[in-house]
Amino acid sequence: MIKYVLEESGEDMRIDEHPILTFAKDKKIRFTFNGKEMFGYLGDTIAAALVDNGIMEFSKSVIHERPRGFYCAIGNCGSCNMTVNGVENVKTCLTLLEENMVVENELSEVIIND
Amino acid sequence: MIEKTGVATIEMIKSKFPKKEVLTRPKAIIECYTEIPCNPCSTSCPFDAIYIGKDINQIPRIDFDKCTGCSSCISACPGLAIMVAMIKDGKAYFKIPYELLPLPVRGEKWTALNRYGRVLDKPCFIENVMVTKKNDKTAIVTVSIEQPYLYEFVTVGKKL
Amino acid sequence: MIEKDLVVIGGGPAGLSACKVALDAGMKVAVFERSFLLGGQLVKQTHKFFGSESQYARTRGIDIAKILIDELDNTDLEVFLNATVVGLYKDNVITVYQDNKYFKVKAKAIIIATGASEKFLAFENNDLPGIYGAGAVQTLMNIHGVLPGKEVVMVGSGNIGLIVSYQLIQAGVKVKALIEAAGKIGGYQVHASKLRRLGVDIITNTTVKRAVGDGKIEKIVTVKLDDSWNEIEGSEQEISCDALCISVGLSPMHMLLSMAEANMTYVGELGGLVPIKSCDYETSLAHVYACGDVTGIEEASSAMVEGKIAGLMAAKHAGFIHPDYEALENELNNQLCVLRQGPCGEKIRCGLKKVGEVYD
Repeated sequence: MIKYVLEESGEDMRIDEHPILTFAKDKKIRFTFNGKEMFGYLGDTIAAALVDNGIMEFSKSVIHERPRGFYCAIGNCGSCNMTVNGVENVKTCLTLLEENMVVENELSEVIIND
Repeated sequence: MIEKTGVATIEMIKSKFPKKEVLTRPKAIIECYTEIPCNPCSTSCPFDAIYIGKDINQIPRIDFDKCTGCSSCISACPGLAIMVAMIKDGKAYFKIPYELLPLPVRGEKWTALNRYGRVLDKPCFIENVMVTKKNDKTAIVTVSIEQPYLYEFVTVGKKL
Repeated sequence: MIEKDLVVIGGGPAGLSACKVALDAGMKVAVFERSFLLGGQLVKQTHKFFGSESQYARTRGIDIAKILIDELDNTDLEVFLNATVVGLYKDNVITVYQDNKYFKVKAKAIIIATGASEKFLAFENNDLPGIYGAGAVQTLMNIHGVLPGKEVVMVGSGNIGLIVSYQLIQAGVKVKALIEAAGKIGGYQVHASKLRRLGVDIITNTTVKRAVGDGKIEKIVTVKLDDSWNEIEGSEQEISCDALCISVGLSPMHMLLSMAEANMTYVGELGGLVPIKSCDYETSLAHVYACGDVTGIEEASSAMVEGKIAGLMAAKHAGFIHPDYEALENELNNQLCVLRQGPCGEKIRCGLKKVGEVYD
């Protein structure tokens, strides 16, 4: 079983003011990550909300358990796959955050066929 | 060299400026040194002063007799490579494109930067800041600095 | 099974442009997009575009996306979002995965406009959290308003590397350096100049030797390269950073075409494996067309023009002649020639020659 220690930078990674863009932060959304309560905003993907909450480790490599972030954010690389509301292998970079979502990346069992 | 650093040599810079006598009126300085497929400077000019032609890869050529320094091309240039320069009473005046925050405010004193991003010895003064819908979030900032920095000044750094 | 005149796979600049022309030709169209929104990579391009008016030059990419989407207000178009096309079959059928379900769609013609994916770079510890593709950083920062870090190093001086570095500064991030393995800057001079004047060091002949950090990136070690791209011993330097951005090129997303056994060829100048296609943009699979980055990496301006041509041709061969067919065909091919004409188009011209297209 691969265990995660939650590490948060505690730093706010949101852009407050931008010369070109405006970001709607109208509705706060509650979700849990590995059982811990977190908040994002309506329109966030799960991945964006996690980064904003200081989470950089999205998965662990299967054999050596090396921490992995995500690489592409558009659904190609697979590094951000997590279990969302009980469904495995959800691309968190392409999935919008919903109220009370249960997000987990602790893998219970990994089977590797050599 | 520009291919390695992104910085033009003084000869290249001077080749884009008209004679100093001409700069008693504001003129557009187009720092586009390499051929890229792009022509908004030409199509945005209300006075037909900037010529590119059918092959949009050509480097823009400017007719300083026709250019009024109106600054339409500054915000049209996707490369933020155009400024308007003028000399008056021993000072160089520039209109530059600016897409960063915080925006300068008229009356403020800011550091002046050269093309390497180094701070010049003398500061510059913010004369005007124009934000219009047409310029689409590219602010046009008018600044003045002592005339010897005519070929060195390129943008503003930090508020002093 | 859903049946359509045309299926477009990919809702980016090429796919959306293809939809528009095909709809104008009278086709019933379905577009399938993997993401939760249309626009592809345009939706995070905050800079004004190059090109000419026909490709929306001087308009910001984010606004071009809105224009392309607004043009598609047509009841003959069905948009499928969060829908990944996972199968392409020779009888013009695709399999779509959406909401944990699979379904099939059949069409008279299929246009592949799947775009590209970011390449990666081999170096020690390149999997540390905090190492992102430049496009991923754009997604985080320009769509969601979330910063990848506070102090970033960019690897690669192509247009994407230069543009994203500038966008990082606009978002309030410190760009500590931009490093480039080649001896000169890859992207447009004007992009490099606007970065340099803000004090960003552009370091050529240099690459990343390794990343260092405990659980996440803390610094990188760079190394100088000689003219044959060999590491110069003793030239290592450390740069501290909390994010590293990799921008070393794109690869065509060829997988659907490869799975369906279309004739493919590897062309380095085009970014990787690309389909061999006719002058009508048809691949070796009958009724399957391809356009945009999946046929070779280029700017979005070219992708939009290619999309329109693919739409026009797919419609024609399925019996839907666009009302302005001849004028459009000439005009669009002319636009592409002009975009690819200059020294910046040399690589793409050379690449296209290898797949049998000629631009003179």
